[in-house]
Amino acid sequence: MSRRVVVTGLGAVAPGGTNLKQYWDLLSSGRTATRPITAFDPSPYRSRIAAECDFDPVEAGLSPQEARRMDRATQFAVAAAREAIAGSGLDLPGTDGERLAVSLGCAVGCTTSMEREYVVLSDGGRSWLVDPEYAVPHLYDWFVPSSAAAEVAHTVGAQGPVALISDGCTSGLDAVGHGAELIREGSADVVVAGGTDAPISPITLACFDAIKATSPRNDDAAHASRPFDATRNGLVLGEGGAVLVLEELEHARRRGAHVYAEVAGFGSRSNAYHMTGLRPDGVEMAEAVRVALDEARIAPEGVDYVNAHGSSTKQNDRHETAAFKRSLGDHAYRVPVSSIKSMIGHSLGAIGALELVACALAMEYGVVPPTANLHVADPECDLDYVPLTAREQRVDTVLSVGSGFGGFQSAVVLARPDRRTA
Amino acid sequence: MSAAVVTGLGVAAANGLGTEAYWRATLDGRAGIREITRFDPSGYPVRLAGEVSGFVAEEHLPGRLLPQTDRMTRLSLYAAEQALADAGVPAAGGLRYDIGVATASSMGGFEFGQRELENLWSKGGSHVSAYQSFAWFYAVNSGQISIRHNLRGPGAALVTDHAGGLDAVGHARRQIRRGTPAILTGGVDGALCPLGIAGLVSTGGYTSRTDPDGAYRPFAADADGAVPGEGGAHLLLEDRDAARARGAKVYGELAGYAATFDPAGAPETGLRRAITGALRDAQVVPADVGLVFADGTADRAADRAEAAALAAVFGPRAVPVTVPKTMVGRLQAGAAALDLATALLALRDGVAPHTAGVDAPAPDCPIDLVTGSPRSLPLNCVLVLARGRGGFNAAAVLRRSQQ
Repeated sequence: MSRRVVVTGLGAVAPGGTNLKQYWDLLSSGRTATRPITAFDPSPYRSRIAAECDFDPVEAGLSPQEARRMDRATQFAVAAAREAIAGSGLDLPGTDGERLAVSLGCAVGCTTSMEREYVVLSDGGRSWLVDPEYAVPHLYDWFVPSSAAAEVAHTVGAQGPVALISDGCTSGLDAVGHGAELIREGSADVVVAGGTDAPISPITLACFDAIKATSPRNDDAAHASRPFDATRNGLVLGEGGAVLVLEELEHARRRGAHVYAEVAGFGSRSNAYHMTGLRPDGVEMAEAVRVALDEARIAPEGVDYVNAHGSSTKQNDRHETAAFKRSLGDHAYRVPVSSIKSMIGHSLGAIGALELVACALAMEYGVVPPTANLHVADPECDLDYVPLTAREQRVDTVLSVGSGFGGFQSAVVLARPDRRTA
Repeated sequence: MSAAVVTGLGVAAANGLGTEAYWRATLDGRAGIREITRFDPSGYPVRLAGEVSGFVAEEHLPGRLLPQTDRMTRLSLYAAEQALADAGVPAAGGLRYDIGVATASSMGGFEFGQRELENLWSKGGSHVSAYQSFAWFYAVNSGQISIRHNLRGPGAALVTDHAGGLDAVGHARRQIRRGTPAILTGGVDGALCPLGIAGLVSTGGYTSRTDPDGAYRPFAADADGAVPGEGGAHLLLEDRDAARARGAKVYGELAGYAATFDPAGAPETGLRRAITGALRDAQVVPADVGLVFADGTADRAADRAEAAALAAVFGPRAVPVTVPKTMVGRLQAGAAALDLATALLALRDGVAPHTAGVDAPAPDCPIDLVTGSPRSLPLNCVLVLARGRGGFNAAAVLRRSQQ
């Protein structure tokens, strides 16, 4: 009999809410957490807004040593992992470490620490021949994102497979897909899976400015992320981390764990088109959705809610709308589709995991989070995007999708375990 | 469950560009280690590296790709093209979902990133390249390979430091089992720029020797760190039935794979568990293994731990062990991928390449290290090991394919 994978714990560090409860309060109220950047002086940049986390590592339970050693993205991941494990009720000391794995997604690693150290070692950017004498002892760990996965593994005592998945903006979804596969194939019984990123730094702002990907709506930061709205003009950068405790179904049942959802299907495809561009027909995303629904053995009509990538760029919104029509047929017009990036911005490698946490909570509470800031319909985006206010509705099956630089297209299906025939 | 076999190889390494050039140099014991030429390393405590000399990107890549690629991506694109050509996979248009990409990365396109950081901090944001948003990030090689060859199957990049070369290939086998007939995998890596070397220096894992001869001395009593390098290998991993159906030549089967982790505070059993896990996965016993490609970091404690793990599984000095990386350097995410390619060539030709530059293992490393010259061996099964900083371990078993 094939092994099934369920979600038994959730943790989130998000803009507007640095724990699970605050995060869901934000999403279900339709408030936004996008604002003028406070982390540094953003005045030289075209886009000067972001969704920042009001996160204090020591308040979040990290020791001062951990806080200094870990980059901000790593801190998010460790805090979210601890919250998710605590909520899962899993007794870590009583769990076989060899059957415990970690699968963490992250797109840009320890960017903020890397840049900060670069500035010191290069004497403010004046020297190509940086001086290693002034380096912090753990400099290398800020150059490799694998250090974030390793820190999470140390935190939970994982002795099974540990990996960092870096597939651009689909990293969070792909890390959960990978984690579920580790359980299905028998390599682990419990996987701490999720995503994290803390990209709000000068170099990230500069590179998104250079391709005009980010919104310049600096005078109205709270309403700048407008997925599917005709007046949207770019994504709003975000940051955060989210973790899902994935567990083999029988393992969870034996200990009487609360089950949020089953990870029922995962699909990923590449568009082989452009490092940052999307083909307007959405064909590869539609294929990823088809693969995920097939694996879940769920028909398109069985999807109760679609959590969209909805990055607030015209290119994405049209690509994605086409992909939903292609993969879900007429049901695309009936199913609610929303983008929580309207509220928490786009946190690159974290967002897929933050979105899956939101999906699990939507199932838990019977509430579909809205697409905030959607006032003016784009004639080419003609689906039900749940504008402005959350909707109370029973949710048994969720489809969440993402697109990433590099051409990655991914889809995850969450479902109530009893809705599927084993 | 269908087997996964390797049908194509592409290599870029300091002692040889292209699979056969690399293999000849390796068997001849010709090393590619020298003083860094990419920048002036005289002020650095690490001055040697395995640079891939003689690679002229313009000869291998279209001009439009040059401004948007770091050097390691150019080498990766070269090796990927070689692997696909070697496998005889015909180029195809349309919706080609039958091949995906899974590569390993460690620091991304780091030299590109350092240059753009310099542009930002010395000249201002408007001088940052429009390509910075993806040219330095960890998924760049997977994305660029997929675009260049129209590979629309599942795409991924894995980062587990030096263990990545094996983890990417393990991931590729997983995708094949999930139904994609072939995955272009492996890893090509390198960060031989001042900021990258500063990072490597901070680990304390690299030697400050200045004489390239025998500078990287895994398992030697006087080992004092590895030599960094650039390059690696890409492999086309293919479903065996699909490979047979198209009459492809087969280098060998990825018969076993396992990954483990050593969290702080727990006894370091991870490498031994990875070895036994990979053997069990391959359904072989230790006596079936004819050769081991060791991780061989040339850190005394790590070498002792690796030798102890091998002795625990195989018995002291019971299986030949080699580290041909001494000739090209430790290539981060490219290292284990290159070892896999080398292991497949060893299986093909029945010869174990030697650990050039090392005369004998230290007495506290009870292993049969292949030194001096290559050793002819009947090989059916080869084990490849890799470890990454922080606690990552991986092991893979390659088996000669029954044709």
